[in-house]
Amino acid sequence: MVGLEHYLAVGAALFVIGIFGLFLNRKNVIILLMSIELMLLSVNINLVAFSSYLGDLTGQVFTLFVLTVAAAEAAIGLAILVSFFRNRGTIAVEDVNVMKG
Amino acid sequence: MSVADFAFYLFALTTVVGGFFTVMARNPVHSVLWLITAFIGATGLFVLLGAEFVAMLLMIVYVGAVAVLFLFVVMMLDVDFAALKAEMSQSLPIALLIGVILLVEMGTIFGVWHFADGAEAARAAVTPALDVAHNTEALGQILYTQYILLFQLAGLILLVAMIGAIVLTLRHRTNVKRQNVMAQMHRDPAKAMEIIDVKPGQGL
Repeated sequence: MVGLEHYLAVGAALFVIGIFGLFLNRKNVIILLMSIELMLLSVNINLVAFSSYLGDLTGQVFTLFVLTVAAAEAAIGLAILVSFFRNRGTIAVEDVNVMKG
Repeated sequence: MSVADFAFYLFALTTVVGGFFTVMARNPVHSVLWLITAFIGATGLFVLLGAEFVAMLLMIVYVGAVAVLFLFVVMMLDVDFAALKAEMSQSLPIALLIGVILLVEMGTIFGVWHFADGAEAARAAVTPALDVAHNTEALGQILYTQYILLFQLAGLILLVAMIGAIVLTLRHRTNVKRQNVMAQMHRDPAKAMEIIDVKPGQGL
């Protein structure tokens, strides 16, 4: 019988993979954004798992909002990435220092 | 092992493996494809949990829109990804260290947690029985009443994101010929062309 812990374990594993990806691909902003998406997905899995096992729909409503914000964040992040690439010709994080005083 | 258990392990494995190869893949296009795999696995998990609406939303929004957006950007940018990947092995030890520490931290929680005594009573929106309302209907009934303000604000966030993305990426190139509709509509045959009577054998 699959219990709540099983889903939480999947969520935890996915979150750790997301953090791992952030540190592993420090240069590549596209993979960084994908890692953030993975972390948000793991949060969604946790929310829906608790919502399902506790019988409370609020978790699923919150998942909808997390999904909305994640989609908006991906769109804005990629737009910034594209305009940054046009101006600088690179997407390495170290080169993002235009705003440094 | 029942069919539901088997499905859970299948989808859980798909999700975790997809996530792992998303961050490990050498080629960013492969990364995006693994990300799609992870999302499909998570969709299966949501269906198993009885959250069909969120599952289908995940399929449409993430696989249909966000992942394709990633794919477009990866293919549009002319970046030397091999150079970016070259330093990956350098940051592997610290990434592994942080990952293992975090995993152990989360693992220690699993043994000791339990629902509080008042958890059942504190539910804000109790899921109705399946013969009363199915998932989508029940979700809609609280989303459009109790959470209407947040729902509208979510729409506003998407609007702002859309306008922001357009403003950020729109550019007017110089030295590109553009169509001017008003100029075309107001063209006058009398000014635009001239009829010349050419005599035979003379030319102009």
